[in-house]
Amino acid sequence: MILGGKESDVVLLDENGIRCDGRKIDEPRRIMIKAGVLKNADGSAYIEFGENKILAGVFGPRDVHPKHMANTDSGILRCRYHMSPFSVSERKNPAPSRREIEISKVIKEALEPAVMLEQFPRTAVDIFIEVLQADGGSRCAALDAASVALADAGIPMRDMVSACAAGKVADTIVLDVNNEEDQAGQADMPVGYMPNMEKITLIQLDGILTPAEYKKCIETAIGGCKQVYELQKKALHDKFFSNGGNS
Amino acid sequence: MENTKRKYVIPGDVITTGPFRPEHNVILDGNRIIATAVGISEIYDDAVKVIPLAGKYIPKINDLVIGKVISHSSLSWELDINSCYVGFLPAQDVFGRDFSAHADELTSKLKNGDLVVARIANSDRSRDPLLTISDRELGKIESGELVKISPSKVPRLIGKRGTMIQTIEMATGAVITIGQNGWVVVSCENRDGLLKAKKAIQMVEAEAHIANLTDRVKSMLESKGE
Repeated sequence: MILGGKESDVVLLDENGIRCDGRKIDEPRRIMIKAGVLKNADGSAYIEFGENKILAGVFGPRDVHPKHMANTDSGILRCRYHMSPFSVSERKNPAPSRREIEISKVIKEALEPAVMLEQFPRTAVDIFIEVLQADGGSRCAALDAASVALADAGIPMRDMVSACAAGKVADTIVLDVNNEEDQAGQADMPVGYMPNMEKITLIQLDGILTPAEYKKCIETAIGGCKQVYELQKKALHDKFFSNGGNS
Repeated sequence: MENTKRKYVIPGDVITTGPFRPEHNVILDGNRIIATAVGISEIYDDAVKVIPLAGKYIPKINDLVIGKVISHSSLSWELDINSCYVGFLPAQDVFGRDFSAHADELTSKLKNGDLVVARIANSDRSRDPLLTISDRELGKIESGELVKISPSKVPRLIGKRGTMIQTIEMATGAVITIGQNGWVVVSCENRDGLLKAKKAIQMVEAEAHIANLTDRVKSMLESKGE
């Protein structure tokens, strides 16, 4: 009966529509974002997304090293997503794993449509994402933090990128799947979204959904992205416009 | 400031809709004008722009910048100008027309670590920006202290028609050279003036987005004056 999921004794969704961690089906986890937390990086952000704790630092635009990577008619974006050895319960080898390389790539590609790299030919913008503590949905949280860090660094962007996941748990579409739901659930769909341009920059799907469920899942995830966007906005306003002001 | 509408914006914010001319740090999307940087948006006449509060210095022709010599070849120096590109200062510019690569030693004029006031002679992003120091008031800086601020806050430090910088210079007796790239050299005969000028500059940097900054700086300078 359960597709792609494992049998487990956790009740993912009870008869009142309450999930295993006490949330409703359309409720995200607790999210906290702070911009400008690192002094030495050009831009930075810290995010707590449920149990995820992630730091993002941005450098650039700056000289490209090695030089052969430089592009003469546009800048390049480079991204490293890394999980600390202590970010999971069993020590993680700090060497980049297959999964981390993939997430680095998808985050880079999710940010590229937003960042106006063509203004800085022959330069690179480097994003470093460090996962201090991992829970389900760390790629979305990492993307949220990276986007705030880019804005904090003053890199021109067409729009912010907000990300949130949705999934199918116990035959129901839910917002923001956590680690247990990811392990035992039926589908997980992270979505990156530019809220003002109304464009999707990242979409992945792990699991099986019917066309109707697929549509609902995207809509749910976009709803989550919009909630995240408000928090990203707040983080930047707190950093740049907090002490007094004239508007 | 009377006829302008100011707003705090972050990338992606729609500043306004309608027939406006997009200027700095904004893009036109259909008829919406969207900010591309964190900053303060201004609408005046028919134009919209965003004054950024963060970001690197982008070289513009005719900008006065302060650079630090980082290396040299037999024909040119390379200067760190706090930008994503290094400044390129050709030797002819310093030695004059009769420069010859084997007779003249570049280090006799400028050594690594020297600070230079220069003007951007040319910059088109396909090559590194070309600098020149052949003008009055340009050249090597002999004395003073370097203060680094964010390049986006330079207009605030200069103030409207130079009011801010005049206020600081008059109150402290310091001579302040501002590079558009956010590097500022302060030189002053007396030590207190130097410290005070530095403090004022750092205050401008920290409170750049607050209104009536000139008055606030003035009162800060006066309060410590007695």
